[in-house]
Amino acid sequence: MVDQTTKFSEAPDLLKELERAKVQGAPLTEKPTVETVWAWLSVIPDPEIPVISLTDLGIIRDVEWDGDTLVVTVTPTYSGCPATSIINLDIETALRGHGIENLTLKRQISPPWTTDWLTDAGRAKLEDYGIAPPRAAGGPQHCPHCKSTRVEKISQFGSTPCKAQWRCTDCLEPFDYFKCI
Amino acid sequence: MSDPLFEYLCRMGDNTLVLGHRVSEWCGVAPVLEEDIALANTALDLIGQTQLWLGLAGEVEGKGRDADKLAYHRDVWDFRNVLLVEQPNGDFGRTMMRQFLFDGWHLAYLKALTASSNDQIAAIAEKSVKEVTYHFERSTDTVIGLGDGTEESHRRMQDALERLWPYVGEMFLSDDVDAAMIAQGIAPDPTALRGAYDTQLDGILAEATLIKPADNFTHKGGKTGVRHTEHLGHILTQMQWLQRAYPDATW
Repeated sequence: MVDQTTKFSEAPDLLKELERAKVQGAPLTEKPTVETVWAWLSVIPDPEIPVISLTDLGIIRDVEWDGDTLVVTVTPTYSGCPATSIINLDIETALRGHGIENLTLKRQISPPWTTDWLTDAGRAKLEDYGIAPPRAAGGPQHCPHCKSTRVEKISQFGSTPCKAQWRCTDCLEPFDYFKCI
Repeated sequence: MSDPLFEYLCRMGDNTLVLGHRVSEWCGVAPVLEEDIALANTALDLIGQTQLWLGLAGEVEGKGRDADKLAYHRDVWDFRNVLLVEQPNGDFGRTMMRQFLFDGWHLAYLKALTASSNDQIAAIAEKSVKEVTYHFERSTDTVIGLGDGTEESHRRMQDALERLWPYVGEMFLSDDVDAAMIAQGIAPDPTALRGAYDTQLDGILAEATLIKPADNFTHKGGKTGVRHTEHLGHILTQMQWLQRAYPDATW
């Protein structure tokens, strides 16, 4: 039987982390440049595909200072993607940890996110991880495991909104394909 | 009538909300794993779009209601979804036929809506088009596969088409709210989309070896809110259960 007491006490880990970050982040004496902030953001992993970062994914659209407030503009990948709120929490946690006190996260849906915004480094990391990167042709170039080009679609939808399920007919391994949108 | 723009946004958001909830009823019980995942993904997209539509509706209304308030604190008579989306799931075939009939309208309508004079509406439409393109591709493939499948699957798809056909016409009806939107360049005239919808539908049904019912009689009353089918009330008792039992509960 699961010990509910333990489970509940462990549940708000993210919140605890957020609190800790607030305490650790010493107040900054001067505003970091937007380039510095971009660098901080570039090491925050995507919560569902942790091999790529938020900047690899291309969902950070803008970073700017509005007076003493840092404004970070984020675009959702899919309108119902449950990772969106975790992503916002991760950004907030990281930036607070770097001492940012006044922070606004702005949601922007236009122009809509497109897989064209994935960086080349992000595409390569996806492939190494076993997820075929998106292609305008509408399907994977080859199996991310054995590189065979003999692949077939199993389903238009996969384990997260951004992926489809494919299979290699040579090595017979199923794999995720990052949908091109 | 309340502000036509608010009414209009509720129509858009209630369509995706009610269909999203219906489709989510398949979660964990679909015939095969891939279909279960696909249905859950489709439901998720629709609920995501609902947050955008009803969020904007609440903003336009200006009475402090957000998307959650509109979704969970209204009763049957306040809902503005078309009757098609509240129809019960039936078997997997009927669920996919309902999806197919809706997706064809939804995609064409959203594409037209990307040219809206209202930037926020155009942005939501542009975002949704990408997701709905996948929905339509899949529902079309499934209707063809099952229609032109076994004797059993064909019979079930033909039954589904005949049962749901009388609910198709409502998506293309135009009324005072539509007229107000058309006049301001906010939304297209739904009646203008019927011709292309039928042409596309005829081609796909032919491929699926299914026969479109000859009678074009249509049930109506969902998008105006005048007369929903009995099914909507049952959906709401499930969907709104938590907020009805524990008003304003959060976690």
